Amino acid sequence: MPGAPSSLVQATAVLEAAEEGHSLWKDAWYRLRKNRLAVAGGIVVLILSVLCFIGPFFLRYSYEDQNLSLRQTPPGLQHWLGTDKLGRDQLSRILYGGRVSLMVGLCATAVSLTIGVLYGAIAGFVGGKLDGVMMRVVDILYSLPFTIFVILLMVFFGRNIILLFVAIGAVEWLTMARIVRGQVSSLRKQEFIEAAIALGLRRRRIILRHMIPNVLGPVVVYTTLTIPAVMLLEAFLSFLGLGVQPPMSSWGLLLKEGAEMMEEAPWLLIYPGLLFSLTLFSLNFLGDGLRDALDPRASKD
Amino acid sequence: MALLEARNVRTSFHTRNGVVRAVNDVSFTIDKGETLGIVGESGSGKSVLCYSMLGLVPQPPGRIEGGQALFDGTDLLSCPQMQLNRIRGKRIAMIFQDPMTSLNPYMRIQDQLIEPLLIHDKLDHHVAVETGIQALKDVGIQDAASRIRAYPHEFSGGMRQRVMIAMALITKPDLLIADEPTTALDVTVQAQILELIRQRQQELGTAVILISHDLGVVAGFCDRVLVMYAGRIAESATTGDLFRDPRHPYTRALQRSIPALQPRGSELFTIPGMPPDLSKPIGGCAFAPRCGHAIDSCREMETQLKMIETRHASSCLRAQKEGLKP
Amino acid sequence: MLRFIFRRLLQTVPVLFIVATMTFFMMRLAPGGPFDSEKNVTPEIRKNLEAYYGLNLPLYRQYLDYLGRLLRGDLGPSFKYPNRTVNELIKEAFPVSVELGTYALIIALILGLTAGVIASLKPNSFFDYVPSAAAMIGICLPTFVLGPILILVFALNLKWFAASGWEFGSDRVLPALTLGFYYAAYVARLTRGGMLEILTQDFIRTARAKGASNVRIILRHAMRGGVLPVVSFLGPAMAGLISGSFVIETIFNIPGLGRYFVTSAFNRDYTMVLGTVLFYATLITLLNLVVDVVQVWLNPKLKFE
Repeated sequence: MPGAPSSLVQATAVLEAAEEGHSLWKDAWYRLRKNRLAVAGGIVVLILSVLCFIGPFFLRYSYEDQNLSLRQTPPGLQHWLGTDKLGRDQLSRILYGGRVSLMVGLCATAVSLTIGVLYGAIAGFVGGKLDGVMMRVVDILYSLPFTIFVILLMVFFGRNIILLFVAIGAVEWLTMARIVRGQVSSLRKQEFIEAAIALGLRRRRIILRHMIPNVLGPVVVYTTLTIPAVMLLEAFLSFLGLGVQPPMSSWGLLLKEGAEMMEEAPWLLIYPGLLFSLTLFSLNFLGDGLRDALDPRASKD
Repeated sequence: MALLEARNVRTSFHTRNGVVRAVNDVSFTIDKGETLGIVGESGSGKSVLCYSMLGLVPQPPGRIEGGQALFDGTDLLSCPQMQLNRIRGKRIAMIFQDPMTSLNPYMRIQDQLIEPLLIHDKLDHHVAVETGIQALKDVGIQDAASRIRAYPHEFSGGMRQRVMIAMALITKPDLLIADEPTTALDVTVQAQILELIRQRQQELGTAVILISHDLGVVAGFCDRVLVMYAGRIAESATTGDLFRDPRHPYTRALQRSIPALQPRGSELFTIPGMPPDLSKPIGGCAFAPRCGHAIDSCREMETQLKMIETRHASSCLRAQKEGLKP
Repeated sequence: MLRFIFRRLLQTVPVLFIVATMTFFMMRLAPGGPFDSEKNVTPEIRKNLEAYYGLNLPLYRQYLDYLGRLLRGDLGPSFKYPNRTVNELIKEAFPVSVELGTYALIIALILGLTAGVIASLKPNSFFDYVPSAAAMIGICLPTFVLGPILILVFALNLKWFAASGWEFGSDRVLPALTLGFYYAAYVARLTRGGMLEILTQDFIRTARAKGASNVRIILRHAMRGGVLPVVSFLGPAMAGLISGSFVIETIFNIPGLGRYFVTSAFNRDYTMVLGTVLFYATLITLLNLVVDVVQVWLNPKLKFE
């Protein structure tokens, strides 16, 4: 900036350096890679996702084909994971169910992410009274038994799967809002933001270039941890008959059916249960690993 | 017979970046009722040395590699944990640098203060509380009877340090180790706290080890001083001798750095260079790279602390061989 | 402290108000609800409903009457069971759930706190990995998977317990364990985290310098602060125990309020569902208040905020 006072030039240089600083991500990536459990978790999730989304195209049986003569057969050559009470191939149902569960997980998480981030960012950035009021609302909502409300919603307003996404997402956005608001709020008070404002940088640029990269970290971590929570909630609802409806299947539904048939056909519970828990496990390890990687204070040595 | 005799203490930290030799073969003694100052920069090992005595070094990553610390016949570095627990808090007490974080924020002052009495002297609770109230009065806290039920965050920094002192001295220990007790406090409060420690020390006859990075603090308080650098003792002398007749270039440099003693208007004296990286082996004298008097043998030969006059030891090669007075 | 309690009590009023209002409007908007004339209900029930809801009155009157009834604790007649009110059904079933919940909570706390403390003493060692791994399993294994598995192993195969029912003392074991294990896992993780943070603090070093034994340090110095994350978790945990009870009571066929809630939801017994929701909401709000009070008691700094 020719003609500008040297202090202004210096300040701008510092700001631009701050915008450029990506070594935080490289550090985090390195730390993440070293965490074997997290890496294993990530790989497992990837494999399972591929299996669930692409697998069904390669399978012999569809998830809804019934073969009443082959009811409840244990795992064998024809049906690798057995059949259920209507003779449907378990393997297909599990993979297809996985697809549904993962989709619900992703969509509902996306819903809670959107609401939570927007809400939290506004509250944190604007600060003051608006922030106070907004977070009060969150506090009140937090203490309500949201699960019960979701059940209410599903009971009263039908079994629409879109409603399911929205309802589940609506349960989880609160934590995200809190985290984002906390990050934005503390960032806002930091000196380099005040410098940016003093230098006259437009608010939009401040938000985009300075705040979002810093907020991204915790958001990524909690998104990864929200997905399994949401999947658990979907399974819970399906178990109560309030979630995904047959003939669509989800892991929750499969678990319900498996629990019912437990005495005669335990494989109907064990395999879906195993896969479901494995997915949750992996996502949780991955999320924990991300959290440790992005938060340098959490180092264990 | 010395109250505490440390011999060849070696403590290191095993970190990702290597083994840091924080205390590298240090020996010293302190007698009953004596006040000993240990002076040095950050990283000189002065705090770690005393933590090692009391078993307060976190064992991973720290490790006491060798040496002995004889206290009344017991080697603190190798005795069983239960025995150490009986000595800590009862016969040797310690106060720390930051009174804000050294007191338990979740417990009332009363509960923390009388704890040593309950653990060691096994006093009845109400007797202990009475003793505690008196202890607070002895350190100059007003309204002791009501304030004893407060929580630490209700006190100011200076008051908290007074509470720490009261807590340390409540069992009338033989030795008090004070790790930079005034560094975290306001300047005006510093003098009060030091005065308080001196006063209590004289009343109880307790020996005191005062750790500080500030030569000035030590000067007004201690009978003898140890100067530490890079994990080793550079010089050891009575306070008077140390100031009048320093026999180690580092001590001399430290003295010259005291702002109050320098002529007004001229640039402040600083010791050139940086303290060495303790994870790498040091050949020769650790201070040599920064020393104005260093010769070749200084950089080659391992230093050792040797007496050069009565009650005056130095590890400077030239002071030992040539009688150098830096 | 009393002032704090009073203030918090006041804060619960708007919460309950919102809940009551929401349920009021839900009732009226629900397709197939008592206000849906296409729904075929027995004449007796319809008579009760009309009397209770005053369907001919203007909306705001209905609303005020509704609030009035709630304040008196009247939750209305059941939609499905003629001549029984929601209040009665709740009174019957709730004590069972309380018993289950209490056992589960005790198990969760004892198991979780112990595991968490042990894990925090020697981080990254065997004593850490085992409890932490078990905790991870607990979090990822939903109650409706663990429950049936436990039934399969201990009731059907080993025949140590009955597979369902609530008659004998031994019937309490499997359900309480299933429900408690999940929360034990969370408690363990939170305790471990909280203790790890506390144990590295300076005041622990001071306690050691005073000659306190390890047991004393853990119990009297560390736990007060280390347990704080667990206490703040207890609020949502109570809510979770309640919703968890739905599943457990369904699987183990326990005649508690949770099971009633599930069957009512299935059967569209709207009044029962809503009444239960209101009941639970009030309960949880009060429990949260208790948890907050405990938190302030444990962490004196909070009182000054």
